[in-house]
Amino acid sequence: MEQESLFNDMVIRFANVNGTGSASANEMFAKSLFKMGLPVTAKNIFPSNIQGLPTWYEVRISEKGYLGRREGIDIIVAVNPQSLEQDIKDVKSGGYLIYDNSKLLYDNYKREDINFIGIPMIEMSAQNYNSARHQQLFKNIIYVGAVACLINMDIDTIKEVITEQFKSKEKLIPPNFKALDLGINYVRENLNYPIKYCVKKSNKTDGKIIIDGNTATGLGAVYAGATMMAWYPITPSTSVASAFEKYCKKLRVDPETGKNKYAFIQAEDELAAIGMVIGANWNGARAFTATSGPGVSLMNEFIGLSYFAEIPVVLINVQRGGPSTGMPTRSQQADVISCAYASHGDTKHPMLIPSTPTECFEYTAKAFDLAERSQTLVFLLTDLDLGMNNHLTDELSWDDTQEYDRGKVLDEEMLERMTEKFGRYLDVDDDGIPYRTIPGTHPTKGAYFTRGTSRDEYAKYTEDGKVYAKNMDRLSKKWDTIKALVPSARIHSSDQSTKIGMLYYGTSFYPSTEATDMLTDHGIHITKIEIKAFPFSDNVKETIDKLDFVFVVDQNRDGQMRTLLINELNIDPHKLISVLNYDGTPITADKIFKEISSHKVLDLATQN
Amino acid sequence: MSYIKPQFHHPELKKNKVGYYKTDYEGVISTLCAGCGHDSISSAIVHACYEISLEPHRLAKLSGIGCSSKTPAYFLSNSHGFNSVHGRMPSVATGAGLANRDLIYMGISGDGDTASIGMGQFVHAVRRNINMVYIVMNNGCYGLTKGQDSATADFGSISKSGSENPYTAIDLVGLALELNAGFVGRSFSGDKSQLVPMIKAALSHPGFAFIDVISPCVTFNNNQGSTKSYSYVRDHIEATSVLDFVPFEEEIKVDYEDGTSAELELFNGSKIVLSKISSHWDPRNKILAKKYLNESKENGQILTGLFYIDTETESFHKKLNTVTTPLNKLSKNDLCPGSSKLTDINKTFM
Repeated sequence: MEQESLFNDMVIRFANVNGTGSASANEMFAKSLFKMGLPVTAKNIFPSNIQGLPTWYEVRISEKGYLGRREGIDIIVAVNPQSLEQDIKDVKSGGYLIYDNSKLLYDNYKREDINFIGIPMIEMSAQNYNSARHQQLFKNIIYVGAVACLINMDIDTIKEVITEQFKSKEKLIPPNFKALDLGINYVRENLNYPIKYCVKKSNKTDGKIIIDGNTATGLGAVYAGATMMAWYPITPSTSVASAFEKYCKKLRVDPETGKNKYAFIQAEDELAAIGMVIGANWNGARAFTATSGPGVSLMNEFIGLSYFAEIPVVLINVQRGGPSTGMPTRSQQADVISCAYASHGDTKHPMLIPSTPTECFEYTAKAFDLAERSQTLVFLLTDLDLGMNNHLTDELSWDDTQEYDRGKVLDEEMLERMTEKFGRYLDVDDDGIPYRTIPGTHPTKGAYFTRGTSRDEYAKYTEDGKVYAKNMDRLSKKWDTIKALVPSARIHSSDQSTKIGMLYYGTSFYPSTEATDMLTDHGIHITKIEIKAFPFSDNVKETIDKLDFVFVVDQNRDGQMRTLLINELNIDPHKLISVLNYDGTPITADKIFKEISSHKVLDLATQN
Repeated sequence: MSYIKPQFHHPELKKNKVGYYKTDYEGVISTLCAGCGHDSISSAIVHACYEISLEPHRLAKLSGIGCSSKTPAYFLSNSHGFNSVHGRMPSVATGAGLANRDLIYMGISGDGDTASIGMGQFVHAVRRNINMVYIVMNNGCYGLTKGQDSATADFGSISKSGSENPYTAIDLVGLALELNAGFVGRSFSGDKSQLVPMIKAALSHPGFAFIDVISPCVTFNNNQGSTKSYSYVRDHIEATSVLDFVPFEEEIKVDYEDGTSAELELFNGSKIVLSKISSHWDPRNKILAKKYLNESKENGQILTGLFYIDTETESFHKKLNTVTTPLNKLSKNDLCPGSSKLTDINKTFM
């Protein structure tokens, strides 16, 4: 099949068995592309299982920098016999299936419209390595070598990545090089290469790093000065905890005494995790937890306490597919409503919604300032796709002159100077945010009794309805204050005037950006509204009011962000049209494009 | 409550070593039923803190939900308090303790709060050896919700509604010993001479100090056959409503010599036997403690006293190897690695 080469634009999917060491080989593959200067994104599609089930690793290379998932897989590297039949079906017409031809392929699996490339991976591995485990591990590097050669990757770059990967276990470098060469040489000696889809070096990754959101989040908490993390293991948030601990071990151990300037607690459950976080924050330390939807459900009672007793908390929710245990290893944005209004009674919670790992880092740090400034629980709402997958993103940066905002805390000196009676829930500054004191600050002033029951401005128990209602109204006023403290929505106006908008948040940022370009190419101009936080900044309603229709991209079944917009901003529901994806995979630009470009309201809007 | 507590110091009252009057350790007036054993425990806490000259602001008091958990309002008004959620006080105390290792933490809980809804958190607080005093005000029933049996109610006991408890009781002292708590004691709310020193000892223990205090409920342990039952009271007073009526009771008090048993009548007319551990007792021998406790249980007695103390205990902060400066006192300079470190970290992701 002689065809023109397609440079730097492809999707390669590796079909593996989980627990066989393929993840690290695949990551080295993606990292090598990144080092060649190519915008690359990688998605791990994995089962809730330790060993033996199918897992896929999807790498997208896009010179244009589109980093969302794309439909149509150009190359599948099929290493898993269990999923082979389906993998063959999934290759785009004209694409390639790279398979292990150590065994014969069933005739009925064959397709005429794709290219089959056989590499004897198992055979080569068995001939060159002794132990079964080594045969399994190096088979992965063999296919990396073969694919690298087929798509014309720079081999030195891959070797550089391998060297880096094993710099602390140097004796593993030669056998890895050998496996890589086995793959490369097989292709060179037996096959035509490069194939139609191939790569060449570029310079599109300057100033960029490739990192997963959870690592950036954990690091953000270290930079924000969090001294305590309490958590309970749950996919997909566990790696936030691992990252926090890892960087604390590196950066927070006192060099003189060897003692830790942090506490890292694996709690007995999510209830205890958030209880500990509340206790620590009440006592003046910056503490946080990370969990996913089921954990947030369990934390609901404490979330209400945090809201009502006005205790700062940072709660990272890396969303996964719900409801119930749902799809624990797949991505969704299905906790928007359950977080916004978590717990019983009248409650509302600020949510910061990053779209990239860089924003995970920044918003985590911001969340601690916001939580302490507004004395309430702040959600950082991410998802499995953002948290667990590697993304190309801007380098992390930190302004050393920036101080932590510890909020309205009365210290010993301030209490000493105070002549009036301390009122824990007194709205002194008319912004709904009262002053708090930390236990142990002053011998005779500032002590108060914290409780989840109704109380007056001096923290004294009361069941007086008027006093209760006044306090609830103050909490509403505080909510208005918070609106000015959270990041504003980003509005990207179209070059040409338009009455159509698209609103998205979190990981929908990637495909929405790409879909906008696709729409523009088809003469459809839209204004983009990227939600960054809840409560919504004023520009959200202002922008929606100027438009006829707004497509709301939600990665859940019920259009939860749409519901929240209607509820909070009193927007005519007819104006907001859902674009949904909830099968557990990240939404694609193709899907957004198709739904918007074929929607009948486009005609209605353009008539205006 | 409409009562206002007088802020008056009698001229003959003495200040303690840190310059506080005993009244400085008191709280607001209790809203519990008159004669409630819990108020005696609050009073014992006031006594203990005054006598050991503890500066009130150096202590933080925490509780869950229930009658017992209301009591932190009734002692140590100059201390910060936290009435958290039902059964979850241990986790809040754990977090608070992590934030500032220099304060003393006192957790107040009840039998419902600890032995039922909070059992999970209780056992893990013991397991972690949180540096705190953990007092269970144990009355075997749910007072605030009108007297249902709790998990510490004894097998065969009769509730106010007349039904017999078909379940075996959870013995929190036995459990705490089994979980290797480093300080385990039991007392009786009416026995100040034992309870006050026990609280003092617990406050100075550097790990988890557990005290189970038997504290009878005047209102809901008050079934038929007692001269203080509702029917008996109804026959002797005039009331427009009996629904919210709470009978006045005298506090139960008991005094006895070490090594002896004492019988006393409870509010519901039944009898319990308290026997103190003899003065030859060695509270550092856990196996012996378990043996004595089991024997007394077999004999239908409720053993009180300090059963076990581990003087070599390793606190939670020691296990975590945290710095001696409290975590809540660390500044940005101590905590933030800064931009130059971040440049190095960025390189690891290139």
